[in-house]
Amino acid sequence: MLARRIIPCLDVRDGKVVKGVQFRNHEIIGDIVPLAKAYAEQGADELVFYDITASSDGRVVDKSWVRRIAEVIDIPFCVAGGIKSVADAGLILEMGADKISVNSPALARPELISELEHSFGQQCVVIGIDSFFDKETGQYQVYQFTGDESRTQKTRWQTLDWLKRVQELGAGEIVLNCMNQDGVRQGYDLTQLQLMRNACKVPLIASGGAGAMQHFADVFEQADVDGALAASVFHKGIIPIPELKTFLLERKLEIRP
Amino acid sequence: MSLVIVDTGCANISSVYCAFQRLGVDAKVSRDLGVIKKASRLLVPGVGAARQAMANLRERDLITTLQQAEQPLLGICLGMQLLTDRSEEGDVDCLGLIPGQVKRMQVDDLRLPHMGWNTLQVEQSAQNHPLLKGIGEKDYVYFVHSFAVAPSDTTLARCNYGSDFAAVIGKGNKLGAQFHPERSGAVGARLLQNFLAFSG
Repeated sequence: MLARRIIPCLDVRDGKVVKGVQFRNHEIIGDIVPLAKAYAEQGADELVFYDITASSDGRVVDKSWVRRIAEVIDIPFCVAGGIKSVADAGLILEMGADKISVNSPALARPELISELEHSFGQQCVVIGIDSFFDKETGQYQVYQFTGDESRTQKTRWQTLDWLKRVQELGAGEIVLNCMNQDGVRQGYDLTQLQLMRNACKVPLIASGGAGAMQHFADVFEQADVDGALAASVFHKGIIPIPELKTFLLERKLEIRP
Repeated sequence: MSLVIVDTGCANISSVYCAFQRLGVDAKVSRDLGVIKKASRLLVPGVGAARQAMANLRERDLITTLQQAEQPLLGICLGMQLLTDRSEEGDVDCLGLIPGQVKRMQVDDLRLPHMGWNTLQVEQSAQNHPLLKGIGEKDYVYFVHSFAVAPSDTTLARCNYGSDFAAVIGKGNKLGAQFHPERSGAVGARLLQNFLAFSG
């Protein structure tokens, strides 16, 4: 049976792992390579590295850390942030990443998704979606440039429409970041994830809100997601991965021990 | 011992290279026919689509060399699929080293690509196969694919996703893994180690 994946997410700025609350006020957590290695050894099923500044300030970002990670870890990893072209993606894949994840640049130019799929295959192409629930309108809205608070902006897309569109264009996996939940550890947005799951025919990864082991069980059991991504609970040692996996196995979930 | 990773122009070459480096083996990455012919072991990596990969091999004049290779050869993921007769992905003839056809996976309402960690089931006939030494029932390995080869008498281990498919295949010293051993933790490292020790 295919296992549900536990995916620590490492937000990267200048080669350091950082974490903020609701995408803001980033604090440094530690060096990237030893953290990546430690997670692989603890039983993480996959790692995601988000270069959170890259898309929003337009500069060329040093990605040499990708190669250093590829050298030390033996589980799959995905790199996100600042990938605006087939050439950008090719460089990161050549350095040893298994997948690339695209967010704001795909919103700016959706055909990028098809170009990536044609060049590298659907399995490499992950689309990150930052989705904000607007309580006043009752709608899920896609945001972009969320790595930089001053540039974060609402797009013309509602989340469900964008989720369908990226699949048509060739996305091989979708990471749904539920912005209202991010960093506040009150649980994943089960309502939103259930809604998106029904429209998502490729693997769907939940992101934003993990605060307790029960939240992982809830999101797998109730929203049927393929993977659950989390950052602060892992970085701060609130949930050790081996304990989380034991907990989920006891709940009879399909998990790689 | 000289291991050559055949430079197929596909993207996962450095992760395969790093995996062997962690095992203490400094592989050569090459598309040079002379270097490939002299290698004691060959590895064919691959991600992406079969048609493009076969086109890369043709453009690099590698097809005959690989078909005539006498040394042990391991194909990984798309590299494994290229060892079979034909792929439905782009409807293209492959190398024909191991009988089999690559077809789009039949998974009913499950999601494709089949992406993530899934369990191996070693065939009865392959319990003592040297490539699978120390690799047991229920070991998890990492898959990423939408096309697969149906189980047959060349199957050494299978996996199930919607239906059974071949996870490891072999004929003589031509071997293939549908999953990514370079990304499958300790189990994957064991398979690569076994390939390095393979003498059949």
